[in-house]
Amino acid sequence: MPKTVLTIDDSKAIRDMVAFTLEPQGFNVIGAANGAEGLEALRARRPDMVITDLNMPVMNGLDFIAKARSDPAGMGIPIVMLTTESAPDMKQRGKAAGATGWMDKPFDADRLVAVTRKLMG
Amino acid sequence: MEQAVAAFVQEARDLLGGLEDQILELEGGSTPAQIDEVFRTLHTVKGSGAMFGYTDLARFTHCFENAFELVRAGTLAVGPDLIELSLAARDLMVEFLDIGGDGPSSAALLASDRAVGLMGKIDQITGAGATTAASGGAAPTAAKTAIGGPDRRFEIFFRPDIGALRNGMRPELLTRELTSLGMARVTFDVSTVPPLSRLDPGAAHLGWHVSLTSDCGRAAIDDVFIFADEAELTIDEQDIEMAESADTADGAAVETASVSGDSPRKQGGGGAQGNGRASESIRVASSRMDAMMDSLGELVIAQARLDAVSESIGDTTLATVVEEVQRLVTGLRDATLSIRLLPIETVFSKFKRVVRDLAKELGKDVQLLAEGGETEVDKTVIDRIGDPLAHLVRNAIDHGLETSEVRVAAGKSPRGTVRMSARQEGSEVLISVEDNGRGLDREAIRARAIEKGLVDPTADLSENDLYNLIFQPGFSTAVTISSVSGRGVGMDAVRSMIDALGGGVDVVSRPGLGSRITLRLPVTMAIIEGLRVRLGESIYVIPLSTVEECVEISAADMQNGSGRMVLQIRDQMVPYLALDEIFGQPNAGEDIRRIVIVRINGNQIGLVVDDIIGQGQTVIKSLSSYHRDIPGLGGATILGDGRVALILDVATLVRLAKMRGGASLNKAA
Repeated sequence: MPKTVLTIDDSKAIRDMVAFTLEPQGFNVIGAANGAEGLEALRARRPDMVITDLNMPVMNGLDFIAKARSDPAGMGIPIVMLTTESAPDMKQRGKAAGATGWMDKPFDADRLVAVTRKLMG
Repeated sequence: MEQAVAAFVQEARDLLGGLEDQILELEGGSTPAQIDEVFRTLHTVKGSGAMFGYTDLARFTHCFENAFELVRAGTLAVGPDLIELSLAARDLMVEFLDIGGDGPSSAALLASDRAVGLMGKIDQITGAGATTAASGGAAPTAAKTAIGGPDRRFEIFFRPDIGALRNGMRPELLTRELTSLGMARVTFDVSTVPPLSRLDPGAAHLGWHVSLTSDCGRAAIDDVFIFADEAELTIDEQDIEMAESADTADGAAVETASVSGDSPRKQGGGGAQGNGRASESIRVASSRMDAMMDSLGELVIAQARLDAVSESIGDTTLATVVEEVQRLVTGLRDATLSIRLLPIETVFSKFKRVVRDLAKELGKDVQLLAEGGETEVDKTVIDRIGDPLAHLVRNAIDHGLETSEVRVAAGKSPRGTVRMSARQEGSEVLISVEDNGRGLDREAIRARAIEKGLVDPTADLSENDLYNLIFQPGFSTAVTISSVSGRGVGMDAVRSMIDALGGGVDVVSRPGLGSRITLRLPVTMAIIEGLRVRLGESIYVIPLSTVEECVEISAADMQNGSGRMVLQIRDQMVPYLALDEIFGQPNAGEDIRRIVIVRINGNQIGLVVDDIIGQGQTVIKSLSSYHRDIPGLGGATILGDGRVALILDVATLVRLAKMRGGASLNKAA
């Protein structure tokens, strides 16, 4: 049973990049374009890990993380937030909301695989 | 990957196309949502650009993203300058896309007067230095320090934040990552684990000590904990000589631990050896064995008290010891009780002669088969089971088995068979006496019961009810009274004997094929598993082997069903007894009461109690002569807090309920 990773980003390019990087590593990757769609996907598809952007329309990443953590589908799974150097306090706010880890944007394929393996084993 | 890059370029073009309109809209006054949109577009172009090989575009975009971040935060107002600059910058961004990624032309564009000019002007507006331009592009790399250096010893202690597991942290992955760095020894710290009653299974209570010997640097270890949600994290680096002295100290600690850890196993081994030698038996005066049982009983009671005290203190260290003691006491109990167990063969073997003599006397051809003679039962059971079994065997030969002529006429073998068998099932031993004779005559039993006034002529009796009638005092269907059986005292004597042993009787019969009467007896007599229940202020114990389930009933429901003390459990009507009424015990008038459903001899009844407390080992003490005759009580026991609790005699209560509830059931039906 391959592990499923949910990537939530309003940028299709990022979602594709996550998919193209992780699928050859044996992961199943599903995408959502914002936090609200991400919550739906979380409940419907029960992913093993979530990688979410923070700046998104409709529902931002912080709201998504907080809502996911109070949902049975999101309890206990690793949630990685995509952060940028320009907003250092976001790491703290993301951790407080319940994020497991973070990746600074921009990131490359090696970093993505390393973080995914680190958090899912 | 090319696909992702193509997707990025397409997406960036769309975004920049939209950005033009978004910026123009800002001219007529801006809403936070509009600002957000602009910021997000620039953010995506910058972030994605750096990832997909458009680093120069990202560097250029960075200072504009920065500006709109300030606007978003309210520290910078949207003025005509900003709009003008942003529009020009947007056009330049499209040019970066046209160039097609990092390279000499892209670098030239970034270094061009236009680009530098725009970045300089926007930095003037935001008040940022030129240095910020570079920071957006550089991806931080994971700190990997020189591997292959001298070995270092790291003493790491890590305790995750209590909520870390809910946030997706997996401590085992951290320890696995650490062990992959070198030689590591991982131990748990349980000092912060609360007692079981307060343990939150979703919370992270443990701490980890890791002693790691590795040639990697400190930075690599810090890197392991990069995402860790820690309440406590210490990483001590030691010289290898210091570490060695610590090693010996640790070694000693481990040795001590393994000695104490081994002792239960050694005991277990001793027990096994004891079993091996069991064939060379020693004779012990039974009074000594009884004294030992008494002491064991006291020990079990003291253990229960210790449990209660430990629970009220709530100290984990104490609780660990108490659990250990509990385990040892249980082992000692089982070992001691097993001394009292004897194979039932000793009883079975007596019947060969009985059957032979009886068959001869009655002129029947009978063979006796015995199975499961190796089944072990309590010595008390062995001592008392002889008479009931004799009754059953006599009945089987006298009433059950036909003469050879009748058997042949019915198409059966001329020789009848009586089969005695024993087997253990859970905490009970089942002893059956089975014959392949004519079976119980249901109509004769019914007629006899009506004649004796035991049942109402119109009563609708189940097969089980009907068969149970043969255990009623004074019941006998044999037309002629023989000297062997049929004196009408046999079966009720069997029943009362079995009741006294805390067991039950099941009857199965098929007309023309035979009957089987099974005695169910507890394996041990002195200590049982009991369910503690509360009734008013008092605690009672129900033998757990009889308990089937527990349900709730509201006081209102009990009131509504007054007169019909019957409860519907799934598709079955089950009569119940209000124990407070039977024992004259005032109840506290709770709204919700509990009913413990018990089953004995195939009869199910409910016992209404105020609350269910829990289960535990119960040492049975016999009642004083003043209390011995109270129906429904089978004994007493001492609870962990020193109070006395009465043990219910379920068999008698079932009969009581059948008498009361059965009458109303029949009326209802």
